[in-house]
Amino acid sequence: MNVQIKQKIGFGVLFAATLLVVVPIVAIIGLIITKGWSAISWEFLFSMPKDGMRAGGVFPAIVGTFYLVSGAILFSLPIGVMAAIYLNEYAKDNALTRLINLAIINLAGVSSVVYGLFGLSLFVVFFKFGVSIISGSLTLGIMTLPVIITTTREALRAVPKSFRQVSFSLGATRWQTVRHSVLPFALPGILTGAILSIGRAAGETAPILFTVAAFYVPDLPKSPFDQTMALPYHLYIISTQIPNIREDYRYGTALVLVGLVLIVNISATIVRARYRRKKW
Amino acid sequence: MPRSETKVKFSLHDVNIRYKTIRAVKDLSLNIYEHEILSVIGPANSGKSSFLRCLNRLNDFEAYYHQTGQICLEGKDIYRQISAEDLRKRVGMIFALPIPLPLTIRENVLYGPRRAGMSRRNFEQIVEDSLTAASLWDEVKDRLDTLGTKLSGGQQQRLCIARMLALQPEVILFDEPCSGLDPISTARVEETMLELKEKHTIVLVTNNTKQAARVGSRTAFFLMGELVEVGDTGGIFTAPRDQRTNDYITGRFG
Repeated sequence: MNVQIKQKIGFGVLFAATLLVVVPIVAIIGLIITKGWSAISWEFLFSMPKDGMRAGGVFPAIVGTFYLVSGAILFSLPIGVMAAIYLNEYAKDNALTRLINLAIINLAGVSSVVYGLFGLSLFVVFFKFGVSIISGSLTLGIMTLPVIITTTREALRAVPKSFRQVSFSLGATRWQTVRHSVLPFALPGILTGAILSIGRAAGETAPILFTVAAFYVPDLPKSPFDQTMALPYHLYIISTQIPNIREDYRYGTALVLVGLVLIVNISATIVRARYRRKKW
Repeated sequence: MPRSETKVKFSLHDVNIRYKTIRAVKDLSLNIYEHEILSVIGPANSGKSSFLRCLNRLNDFEAYYHQTGQICLEGKDIYRQISAEDLRKRVGMIFALPIPLPLTIRENVLYGPRRAGMSRRNFEQIVEDSLTAASLWDEVKDRLDTLGTKLSGGQQQRLCIARMLALQPEVILFDEPCSGLDPISTARVEETMLELKEKHTIVLVTNNTKQAARVGSRTAFFLMGELVEVGDTGGIFTAPRDQRTNDYITGRFG
């Protein structure tokens, strides 16, 4: 067969695969927007649910998700970044380090409902935090740890080895080298990982199912030990537990959730683009 | 000047270097004298870079690096009597490719002084003195706050020299510093080296035998981890004692 034709077929198949990836994304977003847009209003975004959640807004669920995600990141970002720095810059390649690496990889592969069960037994029951924001945040935090550790390590690895050599050759200690010749240049990559984890934590239902999420709470949460509503769980409830709800309320809630995650992911992309533009 | 009157800066006794099972440097004993430029020539994998990097302990970071023997800087064992950080402040290094950090020209020069906790009052003076000594000051004095990475290749390498000089090292190690530079930039770096010789001791590893002949006061020839011959540059290039040295400098191999 002619090489040119072969090439055309090859690229055609690749293009078709790419198209196949884009189609569901466009379809999902299109469906949610067309069916849910009519529900979006100031009242929907900023008021409490009414009439057994058939009317009113999703404000407490937005607030709850905000608290949960902030708590999760507050916990997992510092710990994840510090662990990544240790593993990448200090740890010797020995049996212990390999074991830790294996653990991190496996942590990323655990399904989210298992994290939920783990959070229930450890934070809710054992530490007696109860079904609360703190239990839910910690569970989400543990779930995002492997992502943060992995992206941070990649960001650290992307800093050329020669920067470290230069720093050492100028009499800097190992810590000074990490602090001044590695971290500043890895920061955008670390932030990208953090933002992607925010998106993941905001959208998960299973980890918060047993640890924090409430069917309905009449007030906004006042302390970390309160229960709260959260967007993904709210969506699950109004879709399955509440009969005769207006369809646009369901899709409107989905739109708010997807919209929030999308905003976070787009900002991650912008950070990464700025990062890539910087060449060394 | 006869050798007996010059001061020994570095002395190496029976130094052996291996990576896992590969022997990079074999039974090396050598003195490096104050205010000389010792050129080190030899083909690839002759151990000349391993030799250079053991002088500032930069090999320490290599996996499977193993070294025996003794290396002394002014009579003090660099592993037992001097800390690695202090050693590297006294023994500066310039790499094959210019590696400016993605910081401003000023901050590149001040990287060492800041880490060493030197007084901020002298920083302006250090920047000017170091850049002047690296013959870069006139070209960059009006744009010290632009990125060092924006300079041309030759300017970047001189910035790296300035950055290293900011710590006022006694010894300077050059690891094929001109391999990525054009002939004019190379000439400027060589001029800088000859000026630096007045105040510093220099060890220059180079793949360019002509460069060794131009700037070296003494020249050492390495082959497969072995120091074949070391002596005055004039002698090495006109009347080498060893046949292998003769073959290398006349271009018969390597």
